[in-house]
Amino acid sequence: MAADTERPQAPFGRRLCEVVDSRPTGGYRIFTLVDGQGPAPAPGQFYMLAAAPDWAAEGGRPYLPRAISHARVSENVSGGLRLDFLIHEVGPGTSRLARMGSGDQCWVAGPFGGRFSLPRDLNPAAAGAILVGGGIGIAPMAVLRHELVDRGIPSRSLLGFRDQSHSGGVDELFGCEETRLAFEDGSSGHKGYVTDLLLQLLEGDDAGSAAVYTCGPPAMLEAVRQICLQRSVPVELALESPMACGYGACFGCAVPKADGGYLRLCIDGPVVRGDRIATAMAGEPAID
Amino acid sequence: MTEIDLATDICGIKLTGPVLNGSGTFDALAASRVFGDALLEDFPFDCYVSKTITMNPRPGNPPYRLWETPSGMINSIGLPGPGLDGFLDRDLALLSELEVPLIVSVMADSSEDFEVLVERVAARDEVDAIELNVSCPNVHSGLIVGEQPSETEALLKALRPITAKPLIVKLTPNVANPQEIAVGAEEGGADAVSMINTVKAAAVDPDSSRAWLGVGAGGLSGPAVRPIALAQVRVVSAAISIPVIGMGGITDSESALEFILAGARVIAVGTENFRDPRAGSEVTAGLPAALTRRGFGSLAEAQSVTFG
Repeated sequence: MAADTERPQAPFGRRLCEVVDSRPTGGYRIFTLVDGQGPAPAPGQFYMLAAAPDWAAEGGRPYLPRAISHARVSENVSGGLRLDFLIHEVGPGTSRLARMGSGDQCWVAGPFGGRFSLPRDLNPAAAGAILVGGGIGIAPMAVLRHELVDRGIPSRSLLGFRDQSHSGGVDELFGCEETRLAFEDGSSGHKGYVTDLLLQLLEGDDAGSAAVYTCGPPAMLEAVRQICLQRSVPVELALESPMACGYGACFGCAVPKADGGYLRLCIDGPVVRGDRIATAMAGEPAID
Repeated sequence: MTEIDLATDICGIKLTGPVLNGSGTFDALAASRVFGDALLEDFPFDCYVSKTITMNPRPGNPPYRLWETPSGMINSIGLPGPGLDGFLDRDLALLSELEVPLIVSVMADSSEDFEVLVERVAARDEVDAIELNVSCPNVHSGLIVGEQPSETEALLKALRPITAKPLIVKLTPNVANPQEIAVGAEEGGADAVSMINTVKAAAVDPDSSRAWLGVGAGGLSGPAVRPIALAQVRVVSAAISIPVIGMGGITDSESALEFILAGARVIAVGTENFRDPRAGSEVTAGLPAALTRRGFGSLAEAQSVTFG
């Protein structure tokens, strides 16, 4: 048996982590856990989270842990890592996680899955990265952007939202420079879809030297994938899928491959190249 | 507290404790990729049961394959796997690195294919026993083998001469009288039964007015099925003399003990592995205290209880 050595490796099992902050942001919430055991996660990886008390307490749901990508990672002054998660309440699990407050305990397993490639590994001619995030999917884009800044690799961020009440985390997770916003309701930035902004960029002289990264709702992901495939622009997508375990045990998170069969999103993803999959829409949404 | 002895055996296979995994609920190969050496150093089970192996490679079912339900989940995974050759040529050598006995689960849609699977799997020294997944229709009769006592008995009679290694029949709960199937298995020459497989179930997405799962329906697992499993373990263990491997919503040492007292010799952790990769170890860690609290001096004492 052999471990995947190119990705930060999760401690075996799950562990209790303390919630040290939780705050509203633009219709979502950001909560912060202190992880004293896990390695620093790479951009694109995710965790399986379950509030320690009252999980499965009301009506038997939530029961399974929820797969959530971190939105930011930093050193904790008294040791360990501070992990920020951006959460949108769409069902019993995400709502329970959003109700956690400072001092609460959260079960954590991970980090799981693989990371985003660097732009030159995705496209040898890449001049930089184009990050396309939608809604709650801006979280892994924020982590990737942070790493690119640290490495001195230029990036531009295109972020799309339905309206102001579905736009949390922008100010906190993204600096203003090189970030363009699109709101479907026209309340800020470009009025329309974030894919409009991507098309504008790629129709300049950028297509040959572009490397695109994206995370967001399934319809947006599939639109970004098609735009990129049609222009032979390499693209990596961070997908979601109904997932029970996060470590390859349940075989639930099947995503159809372009050449037939399925990949297991938790261990073969969650980051996948656009040309590897048949559609970005088959497995979503994740469990709420 | 005095030391509590958890050592036991199933079908003559010595075990350091009574905790197995349910087939298809813990992929040791994937877990070793994810968790590295820690998996082997701290393996959660006293015996490892592989996912079900089929004659040919299978891609599995289209998404969605699972959804959460109250106190459980519903799945229809569709037995994805490398097929017999892929398993024997690659996976089995890796699984042999585990320091616990190995049970390989197999499934086929005909007695002839079952015979090939059992013969080739049993021939490998790494394999200690074979579990027969009989939840598939027989292509000749159209009947699900595990739902018919006579089909189950006939299958076992065909397979029994092939190997001296233990044959374990995985019983489905989706029958009126599971003890009749178990008796058929025993009379056909089975060495043990494991139970329960998942309970037929569906989940509906009210927004789309459709079933959540890609193939419409699936199987329910998790604590939601535990009372069903306990009732069936009780009637089956009373009806047969071969041992029962009990499972169905076991989450901790308390629920594991419930199965032992209902008549199971050993138990398996299934869905709880998804919530906690070390769930098997947690069950084991809690068992001595759970036994002591009830006045049992050993696991064997609890195994000998006849449930009233």
